[in-house]
Order: sequence, then C-alpha cells, then structure tokens
Amino acid sequence: MTLLEVRDLHVTYHSSRGVIPAVRGVDITVEPGQTLGVAGESGCGKSTLALALLRLLPKSAEVTGQVRLNGDDVLTMTWGQLRAVRWAGASIVFQGAMHSLNPVHRVARQIAEPILLHENVSEAEAHGRAVELLGQVGLPAWRARSYPHELSGGQRQRVMIAMALACEPDLIIADEATTALDVMVQAQVLDLIADLVAQRGVGLVMISHDLSVLSAHCQRVAVMYAGKVVELGAAHDVFADARHPYSDALASAFPVIGDVAARHRPRGLGGDPPDPADLPGGCSFHPRCPVAVAECRAAEPQLLPIGASPRLSACFVAQQGKPVRPGTVKEPVT
Amino acid sequence: MASDPSLLAGPSPDGPASGGLSGEKTAGGSGFGRYLRGRLTGSVASLVLVYLSSFFIFRVLGGDPLQAIAKDRRMTPEERAALREQLGLDQPLLAQFGKYTADVFSGNFGTSYQYRRPVMELVLERLSATVLLTGTALVLSVAVGLWVGARAGWRHGSRLDRAHVGVSLTLWSAPTFWLGMIVIMIFARQFGLFPVGGMVSHNVGPGLLAETLDVAHHLVLPAITMTAVIYAQYVLVMRSSILDEIGHDYLTTARAKGLRDDLVRRRHAIPNALLPTVTLVFLQLGGVISGAIVTETIFSWPGLGRMVFESIGFRDFPVLQTTFVLFSAAVIVANMCADIAYWFLDPRVRKA
Repeated sequence: MTLLEVRDLHVTYHSSRGVIPAVRGVDITVEPGQTLGVAGESGCGKSTLALALLRLLPKSAEVTGQVRLNGDDVLTMTWGQLRAVRWAGASIVFQGAMHSLNPVHRVARQIAEPILLHENVSEAEAHGRAVELLGQVGLPAWRARSYPHELSGGQRQRVMIAMALACEPDLIIADEATTALDVMVQAQVLDLIADLVAQRGVGLVMISHDLSVLSAHCQRVAVMYAGKVVELGAAHDVFADARHPYSDALASAFPVIGDVAARHRPRGLGGDPPDPADLPGGCSFHPRCPVAVAECRAAEPQLLPIGASPRLSACFVAQQGKPVRPGTVKEPVT
Repeated sequence: MASDPSLLAGPSPDGPASGGLSGEKTAGGSGFGRYLRGRLTGSVASLVLVYLSSFFIFRVLGGDPLQAIAKDRRMTPEERAALREQLGLDQPLLAQFGKYTADVFSGNFGTSYQYRRPVMELVLERLSATVLLTGTALVLSVAVGLWVGARAGWRHGSRLDRAHVGVSLTLWSAPTFWLGMIVIMIFARQFGLFPVGGMVSHNVGPGLLAETLDVAHHLVLPAITMTAVIYAQYVLVMRSSILDEIGHDYLTTARAKGLRDDLVRRRHAIPNALLPTVTLVFLQLGGVISGAIVTETIFSWPGLGRMVFESIGFRDFPVLQTTFVLFSAAVIVANMCADIAYWFLDPRVRKA
C-alpha cells in the first residue's frame, strides 16, 4: 500500500490580511522506504505542507483535499485516531531544534514521552529506549540527563532525530532539519538521517530550500513554487537537468565545484517570491521567468509529464520541448 | 494590598534575566555558591539602605509625637520638656540615630509611645494574625489566579478569556475598603452568615476545635475580600506568560507527538509559563508580613497592618521604624528566595 498519498491538497489561511492560499493543489506520493525531497524558497508553502500532513496547522488554516497515511485520510479522521497516528504513524524532525525542544525538560524525558504515550511500557523501559536511541544518533548515555540548552545545535538536532525515531514510525518528515547548522554538521546530520531511514526502511519526506542537499539524499524531488509543485522527478535529474526554469534557477544557486561553465551561467533569480495573498495571473512564476512567453501570462500550466521520462513539469515552455534556460551569455573577457 | 505593578516586571535585572547567557568560566566556588553569594551581597546592601531610611523617613514627615501622646490634655512647658527628654527627642537627630542603632544591635527595638510596651512584643503578638490572613489570601489568589490565567491564556480571545479578564480586572480596580464594605453589608449584615469583624468571638466554648472554627469563621470575609482584589495580577501575569509560550515550536512538537491538548498545556506550556510568575509570588510572600493595612482596618483584624495604621496617626516612631524595617526585610528576603527558586526551576539559570 502507498505509505503517503497527498491528493489535491489546498491550505488557505484566513487572516486580517485577507485570504492567503499557501498550498494550492499539491499531489505527492511516497512508497514505503522511499525518500522524497521537497524544495523551494521560503514562503513557497513547503512548511505549511509539512504541518498539514499531521493536521498541525492553526485553526485559521482551511485544509482541503486528501492526506492518506497507510490508506487512512488524516484530514477526516477523529481526534482520537489522529492522536494515535501522530508520531506513531508519522513523526516530524522540526526545523530549528533550538526551539522545538522543551527548555525545562531533560532530553531523555522528551524522547521517552511519545513512547509512554503510544506504547504500553513502563517508565524505566521508555527511558532505557531513549538512552538507546541517543546512542544510535551518536550521543553518549550521560547526555540523557542534559537540558536542551546544554547541547550544541547539531546535538539538539540529533536529539530531535532520536525523538522522531522513538515510536518507529512508517514516515518521517524532516522540515528544514539541518538549515540552522553549519555545513560540516549539516552533512553529518543528513547522513545520519539517510542511514537511519535506509536501515529501517521507513519513508522520508525531506523539506529544504537547498536543492543540492536534496539531490544528494533523496530518490525523488518535488520543487514547489507559490504553493504548487512545479517540477517532480528523480532527484539527480531535476538537479542536473531541470525542466522548469525555477528548478533550474534553484539548482544553479548551488554551483557544482569544478564545473567551469556554471561559473559564467546567470545565477540566482531576480525579484522576490510572490506575495501569496496577491499572486500574479497565469503562471505565477512568469514575472521572474527568463523564458516566459505570451501564453505564460494568460493561463496557468498544469503539472504534466515531459516526453517519455518519468518527469512532471508545470511549464509551457518545457512541455513544448524547448530549453528552460536562456541562451548562454557571452563569456566575459578576462 | 497595594503592590506596585512595576515590581511585577520580572526578576532583578542582574539576576536570572541575564542567566540564559553562558558567561565566563566559573571563577572560584561552585556555580550555586557563587550565585548565592551574589544574591546575598545585593540583599544585604538593600537592607542597610532600608535601615537608614527607616529612621529618617518618619522624622522628615513632620508632626510631633508629643501632641498625640498628650491628646487633649494640657501640658505645661516643663512637663513637655521632661517627656521629650524621657523619649530622647531632645537630642540632635544624629545622636538619636546613634542610640537607636546601638539599641537595635542589642536587640532592643524601643518602647511604643502609644502602647508603652516594647515594640518587639507588640509586633510578635500581631504577626500571627497578619500571617494567617494574608497567607490565606495569598495562597487562594495564587491558586485561583494561576489556574484562571493559564486557561484564559490558552484560549485567548475566547468568551471564557474575556469574561475572566473582565471580572478580575474589575475586582482589581475596585477599592479594597469599598469592596470590603459591600462584602460586610451583604454577607455579614444582610444574611448574617459571617461576623462583621474581629478575629475571635467572646462566647466560644473551650476546645481547640471550637476555637479554630471560630477563627476560620472570622477569616472568611477578609480573606475573600483580599483574594478578590489581588488575584487579578496572577491572572494577568500567567495569561500573558502563556501567550508568550503559545507560539513556541516546542508546543507544536508536543502536539505532533500526539498529546491531548490539556496535556500539552499542563506538561509543556505551564512549566515554562510559570517561571515569570515565581518572582511575583515571592514578592507577594514578602508582603504577607506587611499584610493588608486596609483590609485589616475594615475588618478590625488585630494584625500588624492595623497597628501601623494607628501608629502613623500617633507618630509612634519606634513602632513605625521597626515595622518598616521588618516589612522591607521580608520583601528583600522573599526576593532572594525567588532568585534561589529560579536556580532550581529554570535549568538555564544554572549555566550562568
């Protein structure tokens, strides 16, 4: 059975600023043991998507569509069922472990908490498992008695990972799990997540703004822009050979070391992500798009297969088989 | 009890507030010893200042104790001079201060002009009555205030929240003497459920149980009046403290773990939100000694507050000086206890 199946998910915030569509019709699936990356700039709706998967959004958010976890729709189940699914069915490694851990509880207690909640075990047993989990993420047993502020950022993130594994969920959602860490620690933590996920055969949804990180650690990647998935495909293919101008810009924001041509390629992207409360008509990317044509201003492209490859792109230009990168600029005379 | 809202802001500025930042390496002594020494030094300095001002402040106020002592009786200038000499009021201010200090260090706090009895005796007599009344009111208002505040904050903006805040603020703004009189009129006069004032009845049968019940019966109205007036501050502090916590990510983590909403509140939000209220509770604990001057006066409660009230009219310097130092010392000690409690409650303070 498909582990996670998201169908036509819409999340709309009703605030004093008006109606804000944060997620606008997202379809993704994750099979057991599969890893899916979700990439995009801040404000593209990827964190909202993560929270919507376990119905953790505030009441002001209106969520429609389907989120099937092992076949059961998270969005329509009762509170009791939902609480049982939370952490035991799917757990989250939150971004910024600094604030995601309770400052006045020892870390072992925080890791043991969901075990005690979801399983019929004694406190001593739960504590023993917490210490064991800390060992698996590379923290010594005496750290069990530490408070979050006594740990470094990387250690806190390891505690979060240990916590996410506590109830042996089928799915782990890592929401910017390594963003606040420095590059070396980031690599260690990512490898740790990837190893643990592979060992246990659980599904992983890894959310990040860093497409290069996702392409290194995930099998498939979905690129989000303005609340929609604009490109979906095998992670390395999307990174190396984007079929949407936005994915291409994201990919070239992280140049490959040793790739001389990449140095002279136009890099990054002008302008800011659109205001979700006031999206441009047509393709929401067209005001920033280097290859936009008249059609892009008139209609919004659907996410459709490109050619024969198992790749989906929501770009008229790509769907017509044309390149999504503007002609290479002249090499500057040095 | 008129507490200054500015005192409610938080712990002492050089105290736990800066404790979150990990400072330089520990220089001598264990963390707690060093922390305690710092708190003690500050407290002793405050006590010395209080002691100095306790002597001079009432003398600067003006007014002549002789007039109060003499009341309407005519006194000859000779009689006046003799009394002045007897009370030591003929000496220069500094000499009076020297004698007062010498006496205090030998454990003699002077003799009340008004009651003609040693001040310490008077204070000890009334201390238990005050502690009983204000202690009861404090425990009640802390319990009610924190409970109501936590719920109101958790459901902020709801009807329950607005009702609680409205009621507690109205009571907080009501003058104590007015509220006290209303309470007396309704519950004592109209329904005759409780005594109008005082702490004991004259016609109580012997036995500890009967006496205790009698005191408790007298305690109900003043304690409820005091609670009604002061519990609002706990509601408001707890409510805003909960509101500060409500946006924090660790609560989302707790929810994601599958905890019920009330467990998220009780186990995660409240322990964090309680920290700022500790200071307030301990400050009020210091106020337990100084009591409730107004409440005690209205309900004829034989406590320290009422004695102070009477002594002011009488310019009873020895009583005023002693109680002033005592009240201030209680607040200073309580504040120090708050700092020490922080050490144990907030793991982040220990790191400083």
